[in-house]
Amino acid sequence: MTLQIIVCVKAVPDPAQADRIKIDPATSTLTRAQVPLTFNPLDRNALEAALQIREKSGARITVLSMGPSGAESIVRECLSLGADHVILLSDRAFAGADAYATAFTLARGIEKIGKYDLILCGMASSDGATEWVGPQIASFLGIPAATQVEELAQVDSRTFRVRSGMENGYRLMEIKLPALLTATRKLNRPRALSFSGIVKARKKQIVQWGLRDLGLAEDQVGQAASPTVVSAMTTRTARRQVEFIEGSIEEKAEILVQRLAQAGLI
Amino acid sequence: MIDFTFTEEQEMFRKAAREFAENQVAPRVAEMEATGKVSEAVVRALAEAEMMALTIPEPFGGLGLGYTARMIALEEIGRISVATAMMLQVFALGIEPILKFGSEAQKQKYLPGLASGKRLATTAVTEATGGSDPTGIRTSYRKDGDDYIINGRKCFITNSHIADTLTILAKDENDPKAFSAFILEKGMPGFKATHEENKVGMRGCNTGELAFEDVRVSKEQLLFTEGKGLRVTMAAIGDVGRGGMVGCALGVQAACLEASVKFARERILYGKPISQLPTIQSKLAEMKIDLEAGRLLAYRACAIQDKGQPSSNEFAVAKYFTTEAAQKAAKMAVDIHGGYGCMQEYAVSRYLRDAFVLGPSAGTSDIMKVIIARWVLS
Repeated sequence: MTLQIIVCVKAVPDPAQADRIKIDPATSTLTRAQVPLTFNPLDRNALEAALQIREKSGARITVLSMGPSGAESIVRECLSLGADHVILLSDRAFAGADAYATAFTLARGIEKIGKYDLILCGMASSDGATEWVGPQIASFLGIPAATQVEELAQVDSRTFRVRSGMENGYRLMEIKLPALLTATRKLNRPRALSFSGIVKARKKQIVQWGLRDLGLAEDQVGQAASPTVVSAMTTRTARRQVEFIEGSIEEKAEILVQRLAQAGLI
Repeated sequence: MIDFTFTEEQEMFRKAAREFAENQVAPRVAEMEATGKVSEAVVRALAEAEMMALTIPEPFGGLGLGYTARMIALEEIGRISVATAMMLQVFALGIEPILKFGSEAQKQKYLPGLASGKRLATTAVTEATGGSDPTGIRTSYRKDGDDYIINGRKCFITNSHIADTLTILAKDENDPKAFSAFILEKGMPGFKATHEENKVGMRGCNTGELAFEDVRVSKEQLLFTEGKGLRVTMAAIGDVGRGGMVGCALGVQAACLEASVKFARERILYGKPISQLPTIQSKLAEMKIDLEAGRLLAYRACAIQDKGQPSSNEFAVAKYFTTEAAQKAAKMAVDIHGGYGCMQEYAVSRYLRDAFVLGPSAGTSDIMKVIIARWVLS
């Protein structure tokens, strides 16, 4: 049986142009209109993991994304990188979704796809960075999840061995399918977009599903269904201070160590 | 109505080329600058990224994406390393004569290897006595049964020492008005790459001399019709060669503007970033105007080329404009950087050296004016 893999991806404001993202003081939300969208970097690791599994043991890869229709060019990139299918969940009603509502909508999308063995997500998005969406999807679907995956190996057709990163170590686990994994940067080095991949993707179609396709009501999605409330958002100002340390090399080193220790840096 | 926007697919080509340049080429620029030598890793990466296959049709192992896609790739690679863009553009210049004038057998023999990057290409016309005026060349051939015997020297040949497949132009020993083009292969007895130049700019792109001493080639190596060699080489240089230089120049222009904007925002003078000074703003605006105008000229010429129509005159205009603009942009970028602009740690000093190599390559600005004047007077 061919492994059915679903990779969840997100179009995010280009992190390279993060300085152009501003906070709207009236609504305490981010104004991102001036910043071009790009592929969430860790989602690219998730897709790469799927592509590598397919190369080793065969699989069918479906990419699922929730976003505005402008995200189409981003999800098309997934086709150019080698995904077999792409489904974009796009509807005005989905706007303003927090991590919970996003995970709920994606889980409904996955249920509509039907058959799945492995779901791969990036550990976090570069804009929201909650790390919640992956585990919440697993929770809605009632399947196990392993987060912060750094290494991945297939043990048999229904089992994967994963190494999950922790603050001061790692966990080695075996996980039975169906399961969800969230990818870290250490998992792999995503392949580059290629001209021939772009050409091959010409014939592939992007399927769009809206609110009705998922059989949901407006109050089940988007801002209306988001329990998270952003009460305030402020810009942090960075200040630099310079202090020249005088003395012999040994004295300078000692004072430097003291200063760094006082600042809580060592 | 004229549509000036790139397609979604072309935007994706740009993204792919930019990712390639930033990830595969940028880490090797310092090494290329220091040694002046071609980076084998960069050549390998270009091949893996199918950059040599862009203009070659699919039946011969290429991608058949045409010249707009090629311009996009050159612009993005040139933004990071104009030496690499130059090397790549001349691969295509070496491929073009076989593509346009080769027999079916020659296409089958050479194009798949050139598309995969297993074989590297160049075209060799220039000599000490003729470049922009190719009729001044002295490299000669004479018939010997079914073979041809070639003697002579070429100079300032890009990819001279790394090319495996070369299209060369030679003059009939017995008829100084008859020129023929031949496909030569590295390793042919009597053929060797000799002196390697040490250029001030585009370091990491190989330029050198070739020598032919009684090189015997069979008639299968003759490209197109005997006596029609000028047409073969000039067609390639006029469209693909000049077009390639335009891509390199646009890359330099974009890099200069980007570096200047970044520096002007960070450099504080009189208590504020120098980007707020009118004199700096004026320079940035000029660089932007030239970049936008250069792109319009470049991509319009590519659109004509992609239709299969003659585009060498349009590329002469674009080549003149963009290479002059790149030199101007590099000078302004160095000026904006002040003392830092004179330091090798800052890329703008490299852009300045690179920009001045753009001028003479594929014809100086004065030669472009000669071509353009001939066009308007015709």
